Amino acid sequence: MSDTDVIRTQRLTRYFGGKAVVREVDFAVPRGSIVGLLGLNGAGKTTTIRMLLGLLEPTRGSCQVLGTDSRELTPEIRSRIGHTVEGHFLYPWMRVRECERFGRETNSHWDGAFFERTVRRFGIDSAAKVSWLSRGQRAGVSIASTLAGQPELLILDDPALGLDPVSRRALNESILEFCESGERSVLLSSHLLDDVERVADRVTLMVDGLMVVNTGLDDFRQRVAAWTVDVSHQPPFGGSVRTPVPIPRLVNCRPLGDRWQITVVDPDEDTSAALAAIDSRSTEPVEVTFDDAVLAYLSRSRVYYSFFAERTP
Amino acid sequence: MQIRVIPGSSAAIYRQIADQIRRLVAAGELAIGDPLPSVRALAKELVINPNTVAKAYAELVRDGVLETQAGRGAFVAKRRNVYSKAERLRRLDEAIESAISVSLTLDFTSEEILERMRTKLEKLDL
Repeated sequence: MSDTDVIRTQRLTRYFGGKAVVREVDFAVPRGSIVGLLGLNGAGKTTTIRMLLGLLEPTRGSCQVLGTDSRELTPEIRSRIGHTVEGHFLYPWMRVRECERFGRETNSHWDGAFFERTVRRFGIDSAAKVSWLSRGQRAGVSIASTLAGQPELLILDDPALGLDPVSRRALNESILEFCESGERSVLLSSHLLDDVERVADRVTLMVDGLMVVNTGLDDFRQRVAAWTVDVSHQPPFGGSVRTPVPIPRLVNCRPLGDRWQITVVDPDEDTSAALAAIDSRSTEPVEVTFDDAVLAYLSRSRVYYSFFAERTP
Repeated sequence: MQIRVIPGSSAAIYRQIADQIRRLVAAGELAIGDPLPSVRALAKELVINPNTVAKAYAELVRDGVLETQAGRGAFVAKRRNVYSKAERLRRLDEAIESAISVSLTLDFTSEEILERMRTKLEKLDL
């Protein structure tokens, strides 16, 4: 394991009964980076996070966090990992300033000023009781409590779930401020692609328990390309496009109005040849946004049932 | 200097920043020697990862739009001609192609379009 990685997994696998929920996942979070973890619900993101935090035993494979196997995390190492849980649990009877005092007493590296700045960003009055707060504000107190403990590694499991626009912005600002020194690292599981595009420098993507993407955010964008084809003059073909030559590294093919959009990774001459073989009235390249690229992958597992490649005669 | 970024668009965020700074320099809104905000300050203002701003600045420095002075940050560079010959040709073609396609949809002939363009250029007295 490299000293520069704060998270590292080796063929990390978890079964629930006979079902593999996380399959042979190999990935790393380099120190100082903000890594987005994307995937549909049920893709294995939360199970992966729970194994990293030592809350769940891997069925096979292993993972290390801050250099230690997750099954052997000591209280000292745990205190260097910050994480929030879905729903942001807090004691409802506490006032916000009592949450601050509680954090101060239970954390050895407490940064009270950071807590204050963060709750202010979320528009929270520190005299308010937790039970009076909106969902977004409760998330703010939870985020402030986690970040003010100054962990080296922050693991956020869908922190933006159900947040209003103001709280979303406050969350992004808080994560970025937390990482300003360049020494801290974040694993951010999220469904909000715009926010991931803003704050992350790396992106990982899970589909059906497999990690199918793990690279720099710009690299991911650059390597995914798409074309639209017009096959409306042909008789219907099993609900898809007739491809006389199979398209290499095909990610996804989906209907787009009257046309079909074909998304591939690392296009080359073989891709052009396969596209040229399609009986299409017009084939046009399309610009791929970060959302397009992610969505093409997320709908990938469903493609196998709807996409047919014809063999060359 | 006002820069805006829109996630979810076809241009990566670093590209949006680089393109906007290029435009501000080309339009004279940023003059030679003007300082740019620090990577950290701009990242904070736009609520984006600082590496994204750093990447945009690095590209602009490489292309000669900006220059960095150790410890003082980035400034608009002296040289105005910031593109390579090939890149200049590419951009010229892009501009001409879009002008041609608009002109043709307006039902003008090649001669009319060329004549009009010649008149415009002569007026500029280059």
